[in-house]
This record gives sequence, C-alpha cells and structure tokens, in this order.
Amino acid sequence: MSWTALAFYMFSSIAVLSAFMVIAARNPVHSVLYLILTFFNAAALFLLLGAEFLAMILVIVYVGAVAVLFLFVVMMLNINYVEMREGFLHYLPIGALIALIVLVELVFVLGAWTLAPEVVVASAAPPVTEMSNIAALGSVIFTQYVYAFQASGMILLVAMVGSIVLTLRQRDGVKKQNIADQVRRRAKDAIEIKKVNVGEGI
Amino acid sequence: MVEWLSEIYGGGEFAYAMSILTWILAIIAPLLLAVAFAVYADRKIWAAMQLRRGPNVVGPFGLLQSFADGLKLFLKETIIPSGSNKAIFFIAPMLTFTLAMLGWAVIPWDAGAVLADINVGILYVLAISSLGVYGIIMAGWASNSRYAFLGGLRSAAQMVSYEVSMGFVIVTVIMFAGSTNLSVIVEHQAGGFWNWNFIGLFPMFVIFLISAMAETNRPPFDLPEAEAELVAGYQVEYSSMAFALFWLGEYGNILLMCAMTAVLFFGGWYAPFGFLEFIPGPLWLFFKICAFFFVFSWVKATVPRYRYDQLMRLGWKVFLPISLFAVVFYAGVGLALGLIG
Repeated sequence: MSWTALAFYMFSSIAVLSAFMVIAARNPVHSVLYLILTFFNAAALFLLLGAEFLAMILVIVYVGAVAVLFLFVVMMLNINYVEMREGFLHYLPIGALIALIVLVELVFVLGAWTLAPEVVVASAAPPVTEMSNIAALGSVIFTQYVYAFQASGMILLVAMVGSIVLTLRQRDGVKKQNIADQVRRRAKDAIEIKKVNVGEGI
Repeated sequence: MVEWLSEIYGGGEFAYAMSILTWILAIIAPLLLAVAFAVYADRKIWAAMQLRRGPNVVGPFGLLQSFADGLKLFLKETIIPSGSNKAIFFIAPMLTFTLAMLGWAVIPWDAGAVLADINVGILYVLAISSLGVYGIIMAGWASNSRYAFLGGLRSAAQMVSYEVSMGFVIVTVIMFAGSTNLSVIVEHQAGGFWNWNFIGLFPMFVIFLISAMAETNRPPFDLPEAEAELVAGYQVEYSSMAFALFWLGEYGNILLMCAMTAVLFFGGWYAPFGFLEFIPGPLWLFFKICAFFFVFSWVKATVPRYRYDQLMRLGWKVFLPISLFAVVFYAGVGLALGLIG
C-alpha cells in the first residue's frame, strides 16, 4: 500500500469517527472539539487531492475563526443535559427522515449512478499543470464565474448588514472614550495656574 | 534539501522519510535551545531597561538560568484541579507547544534550504497561528476556574480580531511578490536593503508587527494572562511540565512571528549590502530574528498594558479599515507603476 493511500485511510477514518463523536459526545464542548477535528481531517483530505489552497482556507476560515466563535458560544451556555435528552424522541422521526435521505444519496453516489458520465472521468485525478492552485482558481473565478462571484459577494454583504441591524442597539448614558478628544486635549485646556496668597485660599 | 539528504541515505522511500525526520530534528533542536536563551535574553533586556541586573547567578552571566528553571519545573509535582476536564486539560499545553513548532517547517533559511517548500507557505503559517488559540481556550475551559476561563475567552476574541488585519497585510505582500511561497517572497526582495518590502510597505510592516504582538499575547496585549486582574489567566491552574510547555510554546510562537516579519518585510536570508554576502544566509535570518526579538522585549519593558475595549477598538476600528484601504491603495499603485504583473 502506498503512503498516500495509508494517509487517506488514516485521515478519512479519523474524520468519520470524529464526525460520529460530534453527535455521540455527552458534553457539547467535546462535540465542538470533535467537529474541529473533523474539519482538520477534511483539510488533510483536500491536501491529498492536491487542493492545497482549499485546505489552507478551510483551516484558516472554519477552524481558525468560525469554530472558535462556535466554541466561544457553547462554553458560555449553561446547558442542562437532562433537558437536552428529553427532546430526543420528539425529534427522532424528522432526524431519521433526514438520515434516510442522506443515506439514499450516498448509495446513489457509491452505486456509480451518474448524471453525466464524462464529468466524473474528467475530475477523477487532479489536473497536472504548471499553474499553482491560487492562479488556477483566480483565472476561472474572475473570468468565467465573475457574475456568480459578485452575487456571492452581495449575499455576504447583505448578511453582514443584516447581522449588524439585528444586534445593534442604542443605549443612553453609556460612558464612551473619545480618542480624538483625548488626543486634541492640551495642558492649557486642562490646567489653570493660579496665584494663591498664603492663608487665604482660592 | 530533503531530496539531497535522501540521496546520501541511499534513496528510496525509507531514506526519504529518514531525511525528513533528520531535518525536523535539525530545526527543532536548535529552536528549543534558542527558546531557552530567548527567555534569558528577554529577562536580561527588561532588567537592563529597569536598571536591574537580571538573572546573574546560575552559570556565567546567568546564562544557564533557563535550564535551571526548566529543571525546577520538571521536578515539580503536577497538580490536576479536581473539577477539571482531565483529557482536555493536558491536551491544551501539548497543542500549544506542537503548533508553535509546526510553523517552522516552511521558514526558508537560504535559497533552496527549506524543509517544506510548499506553494501556500504563507497561508500555512497563518493557518497554524490561527490554530494556536485552541490551546489557550481549551486550557481556560478545562481548568474549571473563573480566572482561567476569562483569560481563555479574552484570548479567543483577541486572536480572531487581529488575525483579520494580519491577513490583509499579508495580501499586500503577496500582491507584489506574486506568490504565496515564502521562498519566492524572499527572492522578490533580492539585491540590497533598498529592495526590501518594509520600505514600500512601511505602514503594513508596522501593522504586522503590532498584530504579531497581539497574536502571540505579548505585552502590551497580554490580557489573557493579565496578572493584575486575572492572576495568570489561562495558566492559573497549570504546574510542572504542563506550564513549561505553555512557556516553550509562547516563546516558540514569538520567535516564529519574528522570523515571519524578517521573511515578509526584511528580505529573509539576504544581506542588506552586497559586500556583506560572505556571511551565510541562515545567519542573516538569525540576526534579523534576534533584532525583532529585541523589539518585542523593548515594547514589553516600556509600554503599559492596554484596556480590553481599547484593544478591540485598535483591532477593529483602526487596523482593519486601514489595512482594507491599503490593499486597494497598493493594488492601484502597483498596477499604475507596473509592479504587479
């Protein structure tokens, strides 16, 4: 067995196991940590495919930023485990339905059922070119898919504006530091020198 | 570098693996030694700035102080808080230490002398340094202590915030070098110090250095372990070797950030003048790392700690808009002058 195959089986089995532990772990913080392990192993699988840029972006964006905020929130929550288990039977039918749909989809994929047979043949191995990942992606995104790229940018902008609108609240009476005021302040505005006679006071 | 040693070992897969292992050892062993002396240098520099002597008892000039401290920590009892989450409590320092060592794999020491010459080297360093937050946040949570938890939360917010502007600074460097490979970025700055990036990209260099301090939890941004309010932050419950691993990881990260500053803005292994080229490249990189390490110590000795809201303001309201604008500005200038292909 080649080293690549060995690495593939190691990363993929860890990814599957840790993905299972995400839903099986009793402690929600452990769940998030297993989720991070899953992301990390998925990044390693990307590397094996030759998609080094995607692998790094997955680690930087999902593991380095999104999952940190996830962990942040889960750690702050005071979760009642007993209460959480109560909803289990209630949601079981819909969960089972989703699981069934995903299973059917996976069977279709593994059963070699394809929409367009030539596509799979073309993408089975990474194209060997002199171009680096980033240059290859850039040359496609900014020419062929420029409208889709712009549209996704717009969607992100709307999402950002929306999250700011939803969380912004104006409060009165909050003490705020005005840096510009502090920098502009000079000694003559703040201190007044007075001549005080002995025994008289001001 | 790896192939060359692999040939000496006799070729084949096994020789290749042994060659990689040898190079890993050749980087890690001097690095750990450098970390020990970095701690000593740090203490000596603060002492000099505060008109004290600093460590001067163990060995000549106190040179062996770090090793004495290490031995002391090694011999101490490992205390596990009863309410802690034991597995995560011990994974956290290991993670911090390992990640601090991992980043060094892509640092180019000379033309062709790099362990992992990958196309996405700079993104790799960014990814590894963004993972560093997990060691701290896991330590903070697993300790089951208020001080540690607050330290961990602060650190998570701080590192995520400064990573954003750091990313934009790196984008400006990548634009001019035309590659994310660290060796190519250094080679782009060949031929004397007037070709180094810090001249054209000076504001970006300043932002990078300050963000690097925030990223490594160095003063004035050491809020996760602010001793005045949080005792020692996420390190409160740690003792013995677990604590030592945090220290090694912290200094390993600081040295990595110094190396990154040298590679991105100060021409990596290149000499500032042509007639100084007889000094080998790795030594030049080492000098530059030492110089930036001095700057880090200097800042720690002279600047008071930021307040938390001021820290967040600096990251989100000052650095982020400036670096965002700078990306557009430098792209425009570079295109107008024909510097960007």
